[in-house]
Amino acid sequence: MSEVARSAAASVPSNANSSARALVDESRSFAFTTKIDEIVAWGRKNSLWPMPYGTACCGIEMMSVMGPRYDLARFGAEVVRFSPRQADLLLVAGTITEKMAPVIVRIYEQMLESKYVIAMGACASSGGFYRAYHVLQGVDKVIPVDVYVPGCPPTPEAVLDGVMTIQKMIGDHTPRPWKDNWQPGMMR
Amino acid sequence: MNITEELKQNFQQNFSGVDHQLNYVNGDNEIEVAPVDVIPFLRHLKYEQGFDFLMQVAAADYPDRSERFDVVYELFSSKNSRRVRIKTKLKEGETLPTAISLWRGANWFERETYDMFGIRFDGHPSMTRLLTHHQFKGHPLRKDYPADLQQHCTTSLPIHFEDEPDYRPDPNKDLVPLNIGPSHPATHGTLRIMCELDGEKVNRANVEIGYLHRCFEKMAETHPYNQVIPYTDRLNYCSAPMNNVGYCKAVERLLGVEIPPRAQAMRIILCELSRIIDHIVCIGANAVDLGALTGFFHVFTYREKVYTLFEKLCGARLTVSLTRIGGMAQDAPEGWFDDVLQFCKEMKTGIEELDTMLTGNKIWIQRTRDVGKISAEEAIEWGYTGPLLRAAGVSLDLRKAQPYYGYETLDFDIPVGTSGDVYDRYLVRVEEMRQSIKIIEQVCKNIPGGDYTIRDKNIVLPEKKDVYGNIEGLMNHFMLVMKGLRPPVGALYDSTEAANGELGFYLVSDGSANPYRLKVRPPCFAIYQSFPEQVKGGLVADVIAILGSMNLIAGELDR
Repeated sequence: MSEVARSAAASVPSNANSSARALVDESRSFAFTTKIDEIVAWGRKNSLWPMPYGTACCGIEMMSVMGPRYDLARFGAEVVRFSPRQADLLLVAGTITEKMAPVIVRIYEQMLESKYVIAMGACASSGGFYRAYHVLQGVDKVIPVDVYVPGCPPTPEAVLDGVMTIQKMIGDHTPRPWKDNWQPGMMR
Repeated sequence: MNITEELKQNFQQNFSGVDHQLNYVNGDNEIEVAPVDVIPFLRHLKYEQGFDFLMQVAAADYPDRSERFDVVYELFSSKNSRRVRIKTKLKEGETLPTAISLWRGANWFERETYDMFGIRFDGHPSMTRLLTHHQFKGHPLRKDYPADLQQHCTTSLPIHFEDEPDYRPDPNKDLVPLNIGPSHPATHGTLRIMCELDGEKVNRANVEIGYLHRCFEKMAETHPYNQVIPYTDRLNYCSAPMNNVGYCKAVERLLGVEIPPRAQAMRIILCELSRIIDHIVCIGANAVDLGALTGFFHVFTYREKVYTLFEKLCGARLTVSLTRIGGMAQDAPEGWFDDVLQFCKEMKTGIEELDTMLTGNKIWIQRTRDVGKISAEEAIEWGYTGPLLRAAGVSLDLRKAQPYYGYETLDFDIPVGTSGDVYDRYLVRVEEMRQSIKIIEQVCKNIPGGDYTIRDKNIVLPEKKDVYGNIEGLMNHFMLVMKGLRPPVGALYDSTEAANGELGFYLVSDGSANPYRLKVRPPCFAIYQSFPEQVKGGLVADVIAILGSMNLIAGELDR
């Protein structure tokens, strides 16, 4: 017996036991029971609205991820939002330069909770092979990142795997200490 | 082409008292003059000698010399495909007069030279930073600036215009400032456009670039010649193999080697496949911005097919690094050329479908025809090359004008437009895809045998079976890795016809294992500086149409 049903059964006085049980039995044909955060997580993970932040080569591979062959829509994430206020998954695809750093912090701040970040590719993860005077050495120097996808650029399969990892994190309620106390300007 | 004798006589008549020096080195004509004489020489070459294009302005730093900087101007004549380079030496703190009065396209190249080296140009309207951020201190391409010294940027600049750097909206006028980007879906990357709108009309506009300045040129100076190839992939990442080819061709010319026919044929096939996918991205994205989403999904199917071909060849999809200096990284697998031919067959239907979808489409025509018109003279003035120049009616394609790798033996046409508007640019691109298929089919049917690379042991690494199989191979490998590939001391400018136009590399070697200076001439850099002019007076919706038609790839724009 599911939890809600059990509690429903417990709250009914003993003389009404049989009728309550009948109610529960009947409800099984049209309802199911769960925890509130479970159902929220289920909804969240299957309708991620990504904001594609394509800056460089990875942005082109991300177009392939969205495109016909790999089709991110299969994972419920086809509603691409270019306004951060409507998105809950920031896909940082490409090199973030020093000049771009204040912009991406602003974009991240504009996103509403709950929000997740994927760093797609070597540059977004660590600066990649650009150990250079104008390149931010990983977007996690300025905003908290949940999943890093390696590759230069990663194959679309790897990006899909990254999205699935986010889905799993949402489903499992994985703690995210890197994000909890984040303030703009605190990293580097 | 050696034109120094001809120029010498001409200069003796016109510049008899002026100190100058004519050289013909590494196949380039070079005129060395004093800083004050640069503009008179440029003017003479432009108006009397027919050098109508200023391809780029570049600089190089020699901290040990008393005259610390070299500044070079690359000129090109579209009449007879001749090139000449003007070179001058500058001391620290010395300035040069600007060349904007001769070529408007000099604007950004001079700004970039200021940003990277701190060389000022007198009379330039806006001698400010172009690629690095506004809080940046120092000039990064000077030899004494460490390659990995990062400087943090904490703020973005507010909306500003070239003629008004401290812009404040005037409350008494009905003008609305509008900021687009650097993260905007229609910019396909990291471009920032700032407009001042009068209703729906663009009163004036300005652009800010540098949001993807990844220090390519500094990275090239700190890596051996072959290790620069992966960085070139990421210049124009929509057509990575073309950059590989352009760079390797420059280094090979400096080394004085010619690659085997099979490698040449493979490079042609890769270039033309890249040209097709580059144009697919451009047309697809341009159509998406104007509301035609179907086209994007449709043509991207074909792009995936080209990726599959690249994957078969080297394992990578986008950033392939397929060439090596001296040839190719490896031979094509069995049956690859048949796969390419099969793809050509499929792509032909793809182009016809695209053609049916867009060319006669009423909405597409209304949104693109007469939008962003530019005349041939203006386009040349700005330094336009590639499809945009041809759409404006200039039949210039380096594959015909200065053929390389046997393009002269192939049968193909150069499509030319008339008005230079967005519609013509689209038509030129579609026809170029057809011509590229024609080229690929001709090459694939006649693929030469033989080796895929030269076998000079000072240039090319031995095959792995030799490295592991015999002592000579092992020593050879060891020596080349330790010592590095070392071209002779010298400098040259080499160019190829990339998907966006002339992709040039100005390469300076000091005889060491790393390039001393590598300056890229990215085609869309010259094109994009005309953008504020192009959109001025038009509708704000046309800004997006024009932007899409220019095919701006931030990787090569900002480097």
